[in-house]
Amino acid sequence: MLKQMEGSHAVAEAIALCRPEVICAYPITPQTHIVERLSELVQQGEIGNCQYINVESEFAAMSVAIGASAAGARAYTATSSQGLLFMTEAVYNASGLGLPIVMTIGNRAIGAPINIWNDHSDSMALRDAGWIQLYAETNQDAIDLHIQAFRLAEQLSVPVMVCEDGFILTHAYERVDMPDLNQVQAYLPPFEPVQILDPADPVTIGAMVGPEAFAEVRYLSHHKHLQAVEVIPQLASEFAKIFGRDSGGLIQPYRSDDAETVIVALGSVVGTIRDVVDDMREDGVSIGAVKVISFRPFPMLALRAALENAKRVIVVEKAFADGLGGIAVNSVRMALRGLTTPIYTIIAGLGGRPITKDSLLRAFGEATRDELDDPHFLDLNWTVIDHELARAKEKRRSGPIAENVLRDLGLVGGKPV
Amino acid sequence: MAQKIKFYQTGTLTVGNRLLDAENRSVQSTIDRSNSLTSGHRACQGCGEALGARYVVDTAMREADKKLIAVNATGCLEVFSTPYPESSWQVAWMHSLFGNAPAVATGVVAALRAKGRDDIKVLAQGGDGGTVDIGFGCLSGMFERNDDVLYVCYDNEAYMNTGVQRSGQTPPAARTATTPTSGGSKGNVFGQGKNAPQIAMAHDIPYVATATVADLHDLENKVTKAMGIKGARYIHVNVPCPLGWGSQPCDTVRLARLAAETGLFPLFEAEHGAVTDVTKIRRRVPVEEYLRPQRRFAHLFKPKPDVKALAAIQEIADRNIRKYGLLV
Repeated sequence: MLKQMEGSHAVAEAIALCRPEVICAYPITPQTHIVERLSELVQQGEIGNCQYINVESEFAAMSVAIGASAAGARAYTATSSQGLLFMTEAVYNASGLGLPIVMTIGNRAIGAPINIWNDHSDSMALRDAGWIQLYAETNQDAIDLHIQAFRLAEQLSVPVMVCEDGFILTHAYERVDMPDLNQVQAYLPPFEPVQILDPADPVTIGAMVGPEAFAEVRYLSHHKHLQAVEVIPQLASEFAKIFGRDSGGLIQPYRSDDAETVIVALGSVVGTIRDVVDDMREDGVSIGAVKVISFRPFPMLALRAALENAKRVIVVEKAFADGLGGIAVNSVRMALRGLTTPIYTIIAGLGGRPITKDSLLRAFGEATRDELDDPHFLDLNWTVIDHELARAKEKRRSGPIAENVLRDLGLVGGKPV
Repeated sequence: MAQKIKFYQTGTLTVGNRLLDAENRSVQSTIDRSNSLTSGHRACQGCGEALGARYVVDTAMREADKKLIAVNATGCLEVFSTPYPESSWQVAWMHSLFGNAPAVATGVVAALRAKGRDDIKVLAQGGDGGTVDIGFGCLSGMFERNDDVLYVCYDNEAYMNTGVQRSGQTPPAARTATTPTSGGSKGNVFGQGKNAPQIAMAHDIPYVATATVADLHDLENKVTKAMGIKGARYIHVNVPCPLGWGSQPCDTVRLARLAAETGLFPLFEAEHGAVTDVTKIRRRVPVEEYLRPQRRFAHLFKPKPDVKALAAIQEIADRNIRKYGLLV
């Protein structure tokens, strides 16, 4: 059914259609509207006998999900940013125990400085926590990926994060096609755990494993991700049969088949990049894009096939590693190992800075002329950086950086100290 | 014909199971006990926690008609019982992390409720570090929501699993690996303490109790009572640790008894935030008698008695005795 609704509410309704049995909720911007809407849906009896648990921290949220999943319930939670970091220990534990929990990440920057706006620092920090990570471009994507996420998680006994850009998606009102319950139930069978806490057949879950078997246990987790590379496209094609819509899969190329320059990106920025590609194509530039939907497992072969004929690759990403550069770009390099294709990184959209078509057009243009610095920080205000560096050089206690920067930008009164 | 001995005449200190009526005998003495924590585990000789856990889980199993799921925090109890691929647990059992056992138990309860399985009961357990330090947020959350979990803390008064470091339950003056007595230091600080049972009571949960491994009938009775109540329940069990306390393995039960008889570890029950019963001290013992057999307190006696510290510890015991009305 076509609906005009907020992204968070769309996700909440999609989750409800997946009939979770336990939802644990702790508020953090920008995912909060998801769990708020879910609490209403549970209260109204829209999700059967679902238990909605208000917990005291994100660490508890993931822990409640762990207990619920181990006891055989379909478990769901959502978080962002600091919340994801606060639950980190339990995030690893869930994947280590092979519990098919589904979690939404409303992507948000990590502080300090505290910042509630969008980038991918949070989910990228936990990219190697053993969870599958799917990135949504639109709110329709977010709906569809969540439905696929439960199926994928439960089929392989591995937890799945569905990452959607905070505010840009979570708070955006868009038209979405909301599936109906019959479709979802035809697609998503009831949860059949591979191991369950059951007094009638007692097992020990979470034993201590020493050097004699730890590597094997870890390899089996790796193997699940390798399996997921095969399963994700299958689930996408099954999804298309029931829902009549192409959604999910590992990657999604756009005008990249014959392109000399190919952009690789994740999440909502792909929409903007498509527009830029169209504009540049009109100007005769041979350019295309590839959206990475599944970042973990990373689609090595599919991405290599999509990129191997390109003359250059540009990775646009909303997170970076201090002193190194991009994060996603390293996985892309891995996919292209053995090839000599130049690969550029554009770090963009940090802490919610808008990624404009103009800026991308300029940066992509420089890259196509092989004039782009690498990594390139999009729209970085070098005047501010140079001022601050000079101040710090001159005086050890040069004042609070954020305030100095704001003064430089003329956003607060007075001159910088 | 021998005169029948009544339980109340002598208390549990002298009455062996064979002298009791069948219904008063301990769960451990019955042949149909579930033996949930079975033999072969790797606890140290004289481990108070292993002793306490055996009684607690078997009693909980009896009361739950064996429909029990146990959640365990990281710690000695978890490590000595489940070195993969071995497990000593004959009960559906799960370990997740150090600080999240109460939340995991909440998740299990929620799953059971979602599935309409109100016949299955949930027990969570951990040591004092896992419960009162790193897991305290999750524990408080579980209490505040009044989730249907019995949480049992086995308190051996330090982080024993990692090699005897100070916890929030370590008593004043005790020597641990992080509160040394070398160079004139006097062991753990005389802080304000962290009275976990009282904090549990402050949540107004339906049942809170303290117990020791010296009075195992009492421990079983409290677990039995707790298992008959719905909502969040908390039992804090004093479990001496020969390794960490520097005591003889054969003295575990004696020290647990002395902890209660000095007044340092008051035994009581509370319902909905109010104390409902206390175990009176039959023979009051000065704290020195409890402290002296433990090497962690050796510096209080050698080279010469630390009169000030001993008096301060005695004052803690005396305050407990007054507060809970522990004298007969």
